[in-house]
Order: sequence, then structure tokens, then C-alpha cells
Amino acid sequence: MALLDIRDLSVRFHTHDAEVHAVSDVSLTVQPGETLGIVGESGSGKSQLAFAVMGLLARNGQASGSVRLDGQEILNAPPKVINRVRAEKVAMIFQDPMTSLNPYMRVSDQMAEVLVLHKGLSKRAAVAESVRMLEAVRIPDAKGRVRLYPHEFSGGMRQRVMIAMALLCRPKLLIADEPTTALDVTVQAQIMTLLSDLQRDFGMAMMLITHDLGVVAGSCSRVAVMYGGRIRELGPVGPLFADPAHPYTQGLLSAIPRIDTDEGELAVIPGQPPDMSRPPQGCAFGPRCAYRRGDCDHRPPLASFAPDRWRACFAPLAELRAGTETRP
Amino acid sequence: MVIEHDKMRSLAARMAQPEVRGRSPWADARRRFLRNKAAMAGLVILLLVALFAIFGGQIAIWSNEELDFSVMGQVATMGHPSLENGHYFGTDDLGRDLFARTVQGTQISLLVGIVGAGIAVIVGTLYGAVAGYVGGRTDQVMMRTVDILMSIPYMFVLILLLVMFGRSMTMLFLGIGLISWLDMARIVRGQTLSLKNREFIEAARATGVSTWRIIIRHIVPNLLGVVAVYATLLVPLMILTESFISFLGLGVQEPLTSWGALISEGAGTMSYGTLWQLAFPLFFFVITLFGFFFVGDGLRDALDPKER
Amino acid sequence: MFAFILRRLAIAVPTLLLLIVLSFVLMHLAPGGPFTQERALPPQVLANLNAKYGLDDPLWRQIWNYVYGILVHFDFGPSFVYPDRTVNQLIADGFPVTLTYGTLSFLAAVLVGVTLGTLAAIRQNGWLDYLAVGISIGAQVLPNFVMAPLLVLALTLWLGWLPGGGWSFSDPSFWIMPVIALSTSYMASIARITRSSMLEVLGSNHIRTARAKGMPERRVILRHALRPAMLPVVSYLGPVFVSMITGSVVIDIYFSTGGIGKAFVDSALNRDYAVMMGVTILVGALTILFNLVVDILYAWIDPKIRY
Repeated sequence: MALLDIRDLSVRFHTHDAEVHAVSDVSLTVQPGETLGIVGESGSGKSQLAFAVMGLLARNGQASGSVRLDGQEILNAPPKVINRVRAEKVAMIFQDPMTSLNPYMRVSDQMAEVLVLHKGLSKRAAVAESVRMLEAVRIPDAKGRVRLYPHEFSGGMRQRVMIAMALLCRPKLLIADEPTTALDVTVQAQIMTLLSDLQRDFGMAMMLITHDLGVVAGSCSRVAVMYGGRIRELGPVGPLFADPAHPYTQGLLSAIPRIDTDEGELAVIPGQPPDMSRPPQGCAFGPRCAYRRGDCDHRPPLASFAPDRWRACFAPLAELRAGTETRP
Repeated sequence: MVIEHDKMRSLAARMAQPEVRGRSPWADARRRFLRNKAAMAGLVILLLVALFAIFGGQIAIWSNEELDFSVMGQVATMGHPSLENGHYFGTDDLGRDLFARTVQGTQISLLVGIVGAGIAVIVGTLYGAVAGYVGGRTDQVMMRTVDILMSIPYMFVLILLLVMFGRSMTMLFLGIGLISWLDMARIVRGQTLSLKNREFIEAARATGVSTWRIIIRHIVPNLLGVVAVYATLLVPLMILTESFISFLGLGVQEPLTSWGALISEGAGTMSYGTLWQLAFPLFFFVITLFGFFFVGDGLRDALDPKER
Repeated sequence: MFAFILRRLAIAVPTLLLLIVLSFVLMHLAPGGPFTQERALPPQVLANLNAKYGLDDPLWRQIWNYVYGILVHFDFGPSFVYPDRTVNQLIADGFPVTLTYGTLSFLAAVLVGVTLGTLAAIRQNGWLDYLAVGISIGAQVLPNFVMAPLLVLALTLWLGWLPGGGWSFSDPSFWIMPVIALSTSYMASIARITRSSMLEVLGSNHIRTARAKGMPERRVILRHALRPAMLPVVSYLGPVFVSMITGSVVIDIYFSTGGIGKAFVDSALNRDYAVMMGVTILVGALTILFNLVVDILYAWIDPKIRY
């Protein structure tokens, strides 16, 4: 059985002059222990997908569909239920470690309260356990620094604190929302290595949300590509990178700078992401697509075209594969 | 009543940003302002009050100093508001026409409020702009002075001044205006600091424009948004201050009057059942404060739109 | 922390000195000096009075004596109008009253304001929010000198529930209207400030983290959000304090409570400069002290502030 089973998840935001369709009909599974990457531009709905799973949508957001964790329905669950699931079964780390920790509380206090609340530990035992967890994320002198405030740590160290705090109750699933975007490049690699090591040691699954395909290639087993609030392509990392089956995936891949080849300029995807307060009738990527055809006025369904691989596109695979070679 | 500093700072920060897309923030702001119902209602109220202050005297049948001997001594029974004898708002306990007195009180209160706010805004803007633009030690000394002046109990000093130097209108204007420039100076200084290094200021400096001229011609016009909002929100505060002093009997003197003095009289006589003496001045006082408050708030929201 | 307090004191003391010297100089700039008023005094009497109050000494010596008296002996000197009474006595008569209803009003404004603002923020766009916002906008145009007559009108003249004035330390029914009249508009302002800063904090990233940790909503509000949401409120407390002391003058006059406000207005009407200056300096000193407390409170709430 899948650890996380998302069915037909949609997220709508009601703003004062429009309804924004942030996520539409997303179905996904995460197996125990695996890492699923979710890739897309900003505004593609990938972060809102994660927030919906955690029940952390903004007040004007409304989620529908189904999210099951270990067989338990958690979407729109009552606060008592979702509060037990959070931290104990599924934890989340965020993009900006500068502001995601509470700047007004000592690290010891914000970490210990998780264990006091969820595990019923005494304050003293909770702090001791927090120090062990800080050591596990390789923070030097954890015992001394647990009494500090977040602003007394560097950016990378703060993200380590965030990770340690998320792992305190040994969750089965960690959702990482762009965990390295706000960090220096050298620190990014360290954090990704740390996450992979911890994932192995703790035997947990991870949902890694990122716009960085390099990060996906390095640490994910499967990847979902999102555009305009929908999944466009889903499959194992190797085949998907080697043989992208959706024009958007192709575009993303060709927009990665490479040092090993010397083929002139970087390709960019022309045009702008769609305005999700007025989602188009047909394929949302249509207006930017080089393989656009008549069918594209209808919405392409996400369909399996090879074992374990799905895509939402009408363009014949052969044409796409040929295009990869010839397109400028 | 309070001018929320965080919001003012947010507005100041926004107004100091380089303009996006070369489009004037004022055009957008005007559209947003016109759509804001509370602000438009406030504007209408203020216009009506202004018309009342300007033309009210012409409608009045009685003058504000005349005593109506027919109601004197029996104000509670005879002095009530009436269209027949021309006392639209009734009379006060001396038999003077309350309509004429309310018109006059409105004139004085509005005048004190606007002039006081004007003085505060001019002094505060120049002080803050100079401190921020000149910088260095001058800035430090100037802002430390502001810090020190902040902890002086102004209302007491103002009353001290009014008592010592006589209760003239000039003294009232100056005193009330000089109470409130400190906050303005702080906000303007902050905004000037962020304007100071923008290209157009540097260009002016490079071409040898004098410091004073840069402040007047380049810095101050860019502060207009903050100044406008602050001035609008300051007027009701000034009116409150004047009314407070007049309520204590230390402000404007007879035969002149103001809302505060009228409210004070009305409050003093309400146990005799002449409630109109309290009601009419209070009504104008309250709606005018509301008016300024909504317009100022609307102006700020129009210039610094945010989901709040 | 200690150095921080010392540094604040290093600003506070000169401020106080400046206030004392300034009001003293002002008094001497006043046309004619303290004893020229409506009643004409024979020159001999005037000279005697000036000698008695030390007004014929050189100015610097007068200032020195005044400052020395206040700072060392806490002595504001004699009243200029009632020769048998000192300024200290006049202030001491009223101070306990002012302190009693002032403290109650301050606490009421802060506690009710913060609670109302927080509840409004939690129930944003609910009926409680609309009610709180409505009340706080309405109360902004109801300053103490408007509240006072309206309260008397309703609670004394119409309903006859409460005494319309006077003061008694043993009977709290005398306290109610002064406290309501003095605190309402500040309560409303504090509620507004709390609401908007609470809304801002509740939308911040670290609150999302607290929710992601499975913290119950109650704990999210009380343990994580309230503290940072209090910062704008704390910086508003200084102005509230000053305005309340100022407002106490209206309370003392309208409700005949007999606090220091009465001594101040009486002396203003009598041109008793010594009492006016004494009250002004006392209020200034209290303000400076209070601002020091607020600074310390602020630094205690926000660990990012370095002492």
C-alpha cells in the first residue's frame, strides 16, 4: 500500500476579484522510503499541493479530493486529527529558514515543545532528545547552541535546525518545499546530502518540491512535472530525463545549463505561465508549445504510455523524440 | 485616536521605491480612492461640513453674540430647536443662538485643525528632510533632539504657555502645531535616507545643485504621498487637541468659541434637560473626525494597497 | 542589560534637566513675572514677595536652587498663590487618586484592547471581528471629554446607577465612570493595533511552521503569535501613558475626582506657576521613567534587539 495516496486533489483560492485554480485534479502516490520529486516553475501549484496535504492552506484556500496517509484520510480533517498526524507521521520543511523558525523563541524551546506535545516527554528529556537530533543533522556543539535564538545561526545551520525539528518524531514522510533555494550553492549540496543520508538512516519517504532539475536528478527516484496546477508528466527519474515525453519537460531540460556540451545558447521556453484565475479550456501549455495541434483545445488526460510512465499530451511520441534532435 | 506608525512606515517605504513601469502611482491611487466607499463618504461629509462653516452664517437669523431675551431664563422650555423663531439648533443657556455659535465653532475648530496640521507637517518635513539628507553628525544631533523632545509632556507645556503668554489664537495655532511634528520628522527622515542615493538625486548633486535646493525641489516633492496622508490624519488630532484645551476652558475665549468649548458648555448644562446644547456641537465634532479619519485611511490604502 | 539601562538613563537624566530648566526659563520670560496679575500689589509687597521666593537672586542661582531642590530634596518649593502650602502638598493630595484610576484605566485599556484585538484577528471577517472593528473605529471619535458627559448622561441622569462625580477610595462605584471615560479610546486603538499586527504575524512563516509541527491553535496563538504581535502595542504604550495623564485633567475636572489634574487646572486659572511647573515636571519625569520601562519590555520581547 502506498504511504501517501493523493486522489483528484484540487485547490482553489478565493480572492476578492477572482477564483484562482492553484491545483487541479492531481493524483499521486508516494511509496514508503522513496523520494518523489515535484518539479515546476513558480506558480505551477507545487507548493500549494504540499500545503494542501499538510492542511496549511491560507484561509481563503479550499482543497477538495482525497489525501490518504497510511490509509487514513487527512484532507480537511478536523484540527485534532490533523494535529496528531503533523510531526508524528508527516513533517515539512520550508524554503526560507530565515523566517520559518520562530525568531522569538530559543531553539531548545521550539524543538522541545514538539516532543512534549506529541510524545509526552518532560521538558528536560525533550531538550536532551533535541540536542541528539541537532547532532544527527551535524550541528557542531549542539549542546551549547541549543539555547541560542535562530538569528544567532547562519542560513545553512538554520535549515539544519529546521530539519532536526521536523524529524523529532521520526515521521514516515518528509515534505521538503524548496529546502535549498534560499541557501548558498555550497551549502545547498551539503543540505541535500544530509537529507539523503537522514532519509536512509530514518527509513522515511520524501516529497521534494523544487524547480531545480539538478537536485531532482541527484536525489529522487520518481518525478512529477507540474504546469498550471496539473501534472504533465510522471515517471522514474532516469527514463524521464533521458526521454522526456511532454514538450514542457523537454523545455525544462533544455533550459538547464550544461558544462559538458558546448552547444551555443541556452534554450528558453517562450511565453508566460498561464493566469490561473482564468484557466484555459484546453491544454494550459498550449500557447507556449511548439507541438501545438488542433486537439490541444481539449484538455489532454494524464495517461500511461509505458510501464510506470504517464504524460498529458496529444503530440505523438515519435514527433516529440524527433523534435528533441532537430529543434534549435 | 492614533496614527499607526507601522502603516505609515510601510507607506513611506512604498513611496520611496523607484516607480514601476514608469507609471505614476497617483493615477492608480486615485482610481482606488474613488472606489473606496468609506473614503468617498468621508469626503462628502467633509465637504458638507466645510459648506456649513462657510455659508452657515448666511442662513443664520441671529448673530452669535446676540442674546434672545424672549427665551432667556427659560431656555429649557423655550430655547429648544425651532424653525419658527429662527433658532434652528436652539439656544444656549444665555439665550444665544446655538446655530450661529455652532457655525462659528466649526470655523474655529477647522481652522485650528488645518493650520495646526499644516505647521506640524511643514516643520516636520523640513526637519526630517534636512536631517536625513545632510546625515552624519547633524543627523545624529537632530534625531537625538527629537528623542528628547518626545518625552516632554506637551499638553502641559502648551497649557503653561497659553497661561503665561495669554490665550491668543496665534499661540494656539503655534502651540498645537508644534506638538506634532516629531513623528512626521522621523518618518520623513527615514524616507529621505532611501531617496538620497537614487540616481536623480545623485545627478542633481553632480551638476552642482545646492543642498537646500535639492531638498526643496527634489526630496520634498517625492515625499508628497506620506505628507498628504499624514496631514489628513493629523487634522483630526489637532481638532481633538484644541477641543481638549477648550473643554478645560483654557483654549479660545469668548465671544469666540470652538467645538470643545461648545461641548463643554453643553456637558455642563445637560442636567437641566437642554440636551441640544450638547447634541449639535457633538454631532459636527464626531462626523468631522470620522470624515478626516476615513479620508486619511482611504488615501493611505490607495497609495499603499495591501490586504489588511 | 545593565549597560542598556545605563545608556537609556544617560539620555533620561539630561532630558529631565532640560525640562526643568526650560519650564523655569519660560516662567521668567512670561510678561511681568509671576506676581503681576489682576490684583495690583503695592511695590513694597511685590519686592517682599520676590525676596521671599528668591526671585531677586540672579537667574542662574534661582535655576540652581530650583533644580537642586527638586533633584536632591524632591522639593518643588512653595505655591505662589497659597503661601502656606507647598507644591509638594498640593501634588501629594491628588496623586493617590490619579494613580488609582490611572492604573485601572491603563490596565483596562491594555487587557481589554489586546483581548478584543486578538479575538478579532482569530475570527477575521466573523461577527466578532466586525463588532470589534466597528467599536474601535467608533471609539476613536469618543475622546475622554466626550465620553465623560455621555456616561454621566446615560448612567447618572437617565439610569441613576452611578454617582455623577466625586471620589471615594472605599467605594468602587465612584471609579467606574472615570475609568471607562479615560480608557475607551485607548482600548479601541490598542484593539486596532493588536488586530492588524496579529493578522500580520498569523500570516508569517514561523506560524506556518508551528502549525506544521501539529501545535494546537490555542498554543499557536498564545505561545507563538502573541509575543511578536505585542511589539507594536508595546511601542504604543508610551504615548498611551502620556495621553492618559493628560486626559486625567479632564477626568479630575469633569468628575471632581480631585487628582493632580485639578491642581494643574486650578493653578493654570490662578497663574500659580510654581504648581504648574511642579506638575509638568512630575509628569515629564514619570513619562521618562515609563519610556524606560517600555524600552526594557521591548528588548525583553524581541531577542534580536541588542542591549
